[in-house]
Amino acid sequence: MSEETVVDVAAPHFTPFDRPKIQVVPLRGLPIVGLAVIFVALSIGFNWQWGLVFNHVVGGGLWTGIDLFVGLVIGPILGRLSIPARAEFSARFMPKMVIIMPTVVMMTLATGFQVARAQGNLLASSPNHVWLIVSFCVVGVMATVALGILEPANIAVLYEMNKPIPNGQLIHQLMQRFVYTSGILGIMQVATLIIMTRLGSR
Amino acid sequence: MSTRGVSAPAHEVDRPFPPIGYLATAALGLVVVGGILLASYAPRVAPLGFATGLLIVAAILLVTAGVLLARLKDFAWGTFSTVFKWALLAYVITSGMIEFAFVHDHTRGSSLVIVTFMLVIFALSVPTIIAFTTARYADPR
Repeated sequence: MSEETVVDVAAPHFTPFDRPKIQVVPLRGLPIVGLAVIFVALSIGFNWQWGLVFNHVVGGGLWTGIDLFVGLVIGPILGRLSIPARAEFSARFMPKMVIIMPTVVMMTLATGFQVARAQGNLLASSPNHVWLIVSFCVVGVMATVALGILEPANIAVLYEMNKPIPNGQLIHQLMQRFVYTSGILGIMQVATLIIMTRLGSR
Repeated sequence: MSTRGVSAPAHEVDRPFPPIGYLATAALGLVVVGGILLASYAPRVAPLGFATGLLIVAAILLVTAGVLLARLKDFAWGTFSTVFKWALLAYVITSGMIEFAFVHDHTRGSSLVIVTFMLVIFALSVPTIIAFTTARYADPR
């Protein structure tokens, strides 16, 4: 059994273009990530209610908003662009996603469990318990898709684009994976919105 | 800034690979299911038998992926190790944060042991998937 292979036979050839070396992990963003990690750890460690709610609401809002926008707006546009245009866009867009998405996901999930515990939603007797379990399942699927498919494709595209002679067909295939999985995540985020507004209104 | 062409030779990307990415993703999926199971029972103790079963199967899948990976020849190990190290750093921090939350919530005993091992598999499987996906398309030379 072997995983899918990519053959360069039909690799699109397009005009070479000037492009700078891509920084896969934008180091300038790391201090902000560090501050977010410290803020989340302090909020959990000291049971700081405002900190927990802030991280959960801000992180969750950004996560949902970005997934919806990328999956349902940027993704379809990206799918229709020429490969050089996609490569240009991705070279600037994806390194930012490498920093932003794990940070907002960490902010949301680490504090969400604490918020649920503090509000009593974890108790089996809570009327919100079933909705909470459904939200765990939705997040679980999203995490597996994002970490197992989308993020590896994202990093692989950046590495490919840093090669002296990038493979256009490979970038196209990996970008298709990005477009489809971000669409799936966008749709699943609609479920998250329904669940979270339901939880918040009870 | 430099001007470069955009199509690579076929030999770099047309070789088949063992299902390392699939195995590591399956391991990740199993520990995610296990995590949901444990979290859905909190603050009560979850049925640990099923969670342990998921953990063992996930560990077997990840070890199999590791063995298959170690047997690869003409593989871009330099790229793999660079990506793996950075991703490992990121996911060790994430796993550490989750472990901290469980300890803070007074998870103890067998439940904590299972959570810890699940987080170890999580912290190893994601970097494996990312690094393998990147390195399989990289030039092994």
